[in-house]
Amino acid sequence: MAFFKLLRQSPLSARIGLAMILINIAAAIFVPVIAPYSETEIVGDIWLTASKDHLLGTDHLGRDMFTRLLYGARNTIAIAFITTLLSFLVGTICGFFAATLGGWTDLTLSRIIDILMAFPTLIFALMVLSVTGTSIIALIFVIALLDSTRVYRLSRAVAMDIEVMEFVEAAKLRGERIWWLMRHEILPNAMPPLVAEFGLRFCFIFLFIAALSFLGLGIQPPTADWGGMVRENAGAITFGIFTALWPAGAIAFLTVGVNLIVDWFLHIASGLKD
Amino acid sequence: MEKLLTIKNLQIEGFSNEKWMPIVNGINLTLDRGEVLGLIGESGAGKSTIGLAAMGYTRQGCRIASGSIVFDGMELVGAPKELKRKIRGTRIAYVAQSAAASFNPAHRLIKQYAEAPIQHGLMSFAEAEKKAIDIYQRLLLPDPERIGYRYPHQVSGGQLQRAMVAMAMACQPDIIVFDEPTTALDVTTQIEVLAAIKHITEQFDMAAIYISHDLAVVAQLADRIMVLRYGNLVEEGDARELLDNPKEEYTRQLLSVRTFRKHSDQNDNDRNVILKVQNVSASYTGKEMVLEDINLKIRRGRTVALVGESGSGKSTLARVITGLLPPLQGKTIFDGKELPPALKSRDRESLRQMQMIYQMPDTAINPRHKVRKIIGRPLSFYFGMSGKEREDRIIDLLEKIELSEKYIDRYPAELSGGEKQRICIARALAANPNLIICDEVTSALDQLVAEEILKLLQRLQNDLGVSYLFITHDLATVKAISDEIVVMLQGKIVEQGEKQEILTPPHHEYTELLLSSVPEMDPDWLDNLLAERQAVQAT
Repeated sequence: MAFFKLLRQSPLSARIGLAMILINIAAAIFVPVIAPYSETEIVGDIWLTASKDHLLGTDHLGRDMFTRLLYGARNTIAIAFITTLLSFLVGTICGFFAATLGGWTDLTLSRIIDILMAFPTLIFALMVLSVTGTSIIALIFVIALLDSTRVYRLSRAVAMDIEVMEFVEAAKLRGERIWWLMRHEILPNAMPPLVAEFGLRFCFIFLFIAALSFLGLGIQPPTADWGGMVRENAGAITFGIFTALWPAGAIAFLTVGVNLIVDWFLHIASGLKD
Repeated sequence: MEKLLTIKNLQIEGFSNEKWMPIVNGINLTLDRGEVLGLIGESGAGKSTIGLAAMGYTRQGCRIASGSIVFDGMELVGAPKELKRKIRGTRIAYVAQSAAASFNPAHRLIKQYAEAPIQHGLMSFAEAEKKAIDIYQRLLLPDPERIGYRYPHQVSGGQLQRAMVAMAMACQPDIIVFDEPTTALDVTTQIEVLAAIKHITEQFDMAAIYISHDLAVVAQLADRIMVLRYGNLVEEGDARELLDNPKEEYTRQLLSVRTFRKHSDQNDNDRNVILKVQNVSASYTGKEMVLEDINLKIRRGRTVALVGESGSGKSTLARVITGLLPPLQGKTIFDGKELPPALKSRDRESLRQMQMIYQMPDTAINPRHKVRKIIGRPLSFYFGMSGKEREDRIIDLLEKIELSEKYIDRYPAELSGGEKQRICIARALAANPNLIICDEVTSALDQLVAEEILKLLQRLQNDLGVSYLFITHDLATVKAISDEIVVMLQGKIVEQGEKQEILTPPHHEYTELLLSSVPEMDPDWLDNLLAERQAVQAT
């Protein structure tokens, strides 16, 4: 109920963002119903322009672009979402631990994170993925680990602010264990910035997967994903065929939508009135 | 002659819950040249809002709905920004409550002093410098020649507050609005600032609006007093007349707060001791001692008040007793057993028996927990209660702190300051403690609310036999609630004993200073006191 109340006070931009995300999620869920063809089915000539049979034309192998786009939504969004979730799980738990325990725990964890952050993310991911192979599981774990360093930094900083509050001290004096402190005293108060960051990190991870796919190390064909689809069809641009712009546009569409929501959350979390 | 400031039928509204709610309802106010007007009321009475409105300013989220503010013949409501900008700082100045928060820590005092006159093109920096030294001198600041070249963190709280008064004086304004300038200060420092303000308003024959919740403070300075409540005028009158003969019930209540006394029985000295602190010394850095050789006893069912200025080590002692700061030496004996110095090694049972109530109820309870969880957690944590049993106990506790059971589903944001403090008390009581440490529990509350809280604590002690260690800098509270008093100065105990003993002369020098610094309702109190102290110094 609180959410609907919040929604009623939301600005127009946030509502547009929400609608954009809902369209994507609906597409991801109802693909089998909406999609006119199957994911990898070759239905016609290559790089056909839009027509009644093929709403967005066909790709470099003659598969239906519209169908691929819908399946791409499903694959990319699901993988990005799971990865973000995982990276937040690892990042916040470590961050809260460091902030609550302090001392050596904090020092050790923070330096390890520093080392991880010292590598350029893309290079590091390319290196690890070329060793582990490009299974989807490996992809999720590698990206989640790399991204959790950023989450760690934020959650540690936020938790440190909360940790000095008297209600945390009161809980410590009561004799509460660290899990309770993290779960019941710190987490609820750290929620607003973390939720906002979740949206932002989701965007970055989503773009990162798209980038990896574009480089051929992400989601492997014939599974449809937006980044890979851009790469596969990029060659057609030179012939004046703009098929590659459809998945690129889809990436932009989702990213803008999420960012509109994030802006709104950040606004609420920062407590600014106008 | 025309009045310097005339406010007519002023209505100010604030935006909350999607609506414009009235904050100030049709206040009329006049101020002559050289007159000091005191505005009195609890928080939410609209004092500060009126004070700011006198400058034609409203805080964000507020607006002047109707009425007129005429300053020296100029209408400020609806006046162009440029006009208001020219007046502010040069003809009307403002002194805020917390000087520490209002100064820019990166610039020297004198640079901040000179800012307004230079910006308004009234004088050059060299002129401002000369002027500043003169004003610092008149404000009785030590070393006026050089103090301006220090940074804000290099001077004490009372000096900083006076430096801010000096800043307000920089352009020789016609009116200064003082917004609770001494509320954040200790009684002993408060005197310095009050004396300085009185001195300078008399010398320059300035008009001033003095805002405070403390009637005794206002009584020292104001010629005329307006008592406000919920944005309405309760009573207005000449300061002396109003104090001698208040017409309204509310004013009488404000006047009587400080006369509330506890009647304690004296003959229970043989009751056993619940807490004993032996030879405790503590330090944060390992070098500078914050506490030195502290010895303290608290008996069952009694209240020990720990008194001293801020920085005297009162709160540090509480941290040592609770185990948050293990002492360098000495021990804490609770109920006959020595407690481990560090919190981590104390068992749940001894933690349960000692509870704490904090100064700021806003930060002491988790804003994301409902009352049910705040009070219920100690119940399930210490006693393993759940379900109906827990629910009944919570309602029982709410009853004890005089709140109805419908509060159980509220969040802290939906409670007033006094109610929040009651919830903190209930949380402490939920553990069935033998000792409650109260760290300045009333200093963030309005007088009347604070009095209610003290009465509640007193009643709970009578019913439950719990002991209190009452940390405070407010001597009125001490007089009201304590059985024994411990006076601390710079980490050492300078005097301790039964209340009567401490409060009847002869006092220790420092206790005397503390006691005599508490403002009294007598308008001549400040003058008499200062004269007395000067006479003592002269001999």
